[in-house]
Amino acid sequence: MAKPLAGTYFWQGNEASAEGAIVAGCRFFAGYPITPASEILEHMAFRLPQNGGIVVQMEDEMAALGAVIGASWTGAKAMTATSGPGFSLMQELLGYAFMTETPCVVVDVQRAGPSTGQATKCGQGDVMQARWGIHGDHASIVLSPNSVQEMFELTIQAFNLAETYRTPVVLLADEIVAHMRERMTVPSLEQTTIAERKKPNSTEKQFFGLKQVAPMPSVGEGFNVAVTGSTHDEQGYRFTADPLVHRRLVRGLVEKIRSNTDRIVDFESYKTDDCDVGIVCFGCTSRAVYEAVELAEDKDVKVGFLRLKTIWPFPEKNVNSMAQTAHVVIVPEMNLGEILYEVDRAVQGAAKVVPLNKIGGGEMITPEELLAEIVGSVKAS
Amino acid sequence: MTETFTIRKYLRDLTLPFCAGCGCVTVMNCFLRAVHELGHNDLRKFVFCSGIGCSAWIPSPYFEADSIHTTHGRSIPVALGVKLMRPDLNVVVFGGDGDLAGIGLSHLVHAARRNVDIMVVMVNNMIYGMTGGQVAPTTPLGVRTTTTPYGSFDPPLDTVRLVATAGASYAARWTTMHFGQLKEAMKAAVTTSGFSFIEAVSPCPPAFGKKIGLKDAAGMLRLFKENSLSLEQADKMTKEELENKIVVGEYVRRKRPTFTERICETLKEAEKTAEEN
Repeated sequence: MAKPLAGTYFWQGNEASAEGAIVAGCRFFAGYPITPASEILEHMAFRLPQNGGIVVQMEDEMAALGAVIGASWTGAKAMTATSGPGFSLMQELLGYAFMTETPCVVVDVQRAGPSTGQATKCGQGDVMQARWGIHGDHASIVLSPNSVQEMFELTIQAFNLAETYRTPVVLLADEIVAHMRERMTVPSLEQTTIAERKKPNSTEKQFFGLKQVAPMPSVGEGFNVAVTGSTHDEQGYRFTADPLVHRRLVRGLVEKIRSNTDRIVDFESYKTDDCDVGIVCFGCTSRAVYEAVELAEDKDVKVGFLRLKTIWPFPEKNVNSMAQTAHVVIVPEMNLGEILYEVDRAVQGAAKVVPLNKIGGGEMITPEELLAEIVGSVKAS
Repeated sequence: MTETFTIRKYLRDLTLPFCAGCGCVTVMNCFLRAVHELGHNDLRKFVFCSGIGCSAWIPSPYFEADSIHTTHGRSIPVALGVKLMRPDLNVVVFGGDGDLAGIGLSHLVHAARRNVDIMVVMVNNMIYGMTGGQVAPTTPLGVRTTTTPYGSFDPPLDTVRLVATAGASYAARWTTMHFGQLKEAMKAAVTTSGFSFIEAVSPCPPAFGKKIGLKDAAGMLRLFKENSLSLEQADKMTKEELENKIVVGEYVRRKRPTFTERICETLKEAEKTAEEN
């Protein structure tokens, strides 16, 4: 076998994500080339077959996620990777995967949109699409890496969550994190947690919409499983008009994620219980936050931050509790304000919420820009 | 010794949803008889994928089998994913002309090009039936549909010829009038290695028949009979003479390396590089 050996590497973010998938047990990858995510497809095309897996480049992004879903129903862990334009196309099958409780991982390496936008430049404008891109009622699990290390770790975590909750999971990376190279560590397999989906015993007949996550049979195992994206009962039989079946199923699917929010949510926090200025950040933008905090501390400003590793579900409680000590909460994003509104909702007026937005050319928000905002907000309050 | 054919042994105990005179029932019957005659007493060795439309409901969930009822047009990519990971299973797609020749056409062409080892049955009723009779890429010229109230103005797609040209191992067209030939084509398609495609021209009395002044299936089947021509007959006719005719028969039957065979070759190569590293 050719799993990456434990040790220190100098990898690109996209490569690290591919290697993480291999460690997580991914056996099938289907993709369509797109900047800045193509390296994941390319790296998988080389590496996954060495691990007994299959990689196919499909005719478009719908086909890519479709093939991933088909593979998942054979029992295989499966994944695709794309960027904004492809992510838009995938919403159709992302909704299907949610409705049919098909575990799979979709990597969206964000670039500057809308539309073709600036294909090679970083953006963080898919935050709300990752949450609400699917039509109809649903819940989403979306992870946000901020380093090459986390491209690796959170890809594994994305598989674990997908398998545990039987749902599609989005790894919402960005061009900067995906294209940078830095030192990272692959832990030994013994130190790595790998989750597997719950399988039914041979007499079980209910595979959908159960209160606990339903067991998932594979095709070809004799379960005669009926999978459909239409509203269905626990056996998978279609009910295209019954109000009760629809309520039960869709509420159940949403509740499955919602009721496990505390288990799913993950973040990095720094002095959130003792700060005058709080920051909520994610992805590449958080790299500037680290330095801005140091610069602010040199000026004796008490700054804390919450760095979201899980954007969705959103760690509402933790943001709110930071706002109990902070007078101001700054929300830096490489978009014109997306997670900002979620922060504002969570803060509930306990602190002033200040956006710091920058788009275009892949230019990051700099530590100095952040520092100016921090210092300015202290003076103002 | 094969058991006698009873359609029920392949079906779940559910009421079928099809309208009176719907060709989907004939297609279902032909397929299951073919499966029976090939010696399968159940559908354990099959996985069915379908998209959106009436014919997508042929297998889902009525067949006592694994079935994946996908979104509109995406049955073929899902089937490809299943087949690659479980090459031992027969993966069969059912879909309509809107599903496979409309929204899902690119998947159909690429699956044929790659010679993916799946079987696709396209039930062609020449209309979007489930949504109430809108023009389809297969609707003959001049038909007044709900979205072409003054007559359809674009020529229909010859899907089976397209698929044959793209590289399928097997491609045939029959109508539901040609019960015996359709059943034999199903048998050929199930046993073909590589991509096999059957277009079954099929009556939809409520959504298409009505549009051309034929309210029942009998009238539509008569029309199919009158308008059907063999490939040999068609060869001698001009394009104008062939307008609105249904050219039936086997368009292609050949041996070509399949998608799974080719992928398996590259996997061996990959294993070698893994050992070298």
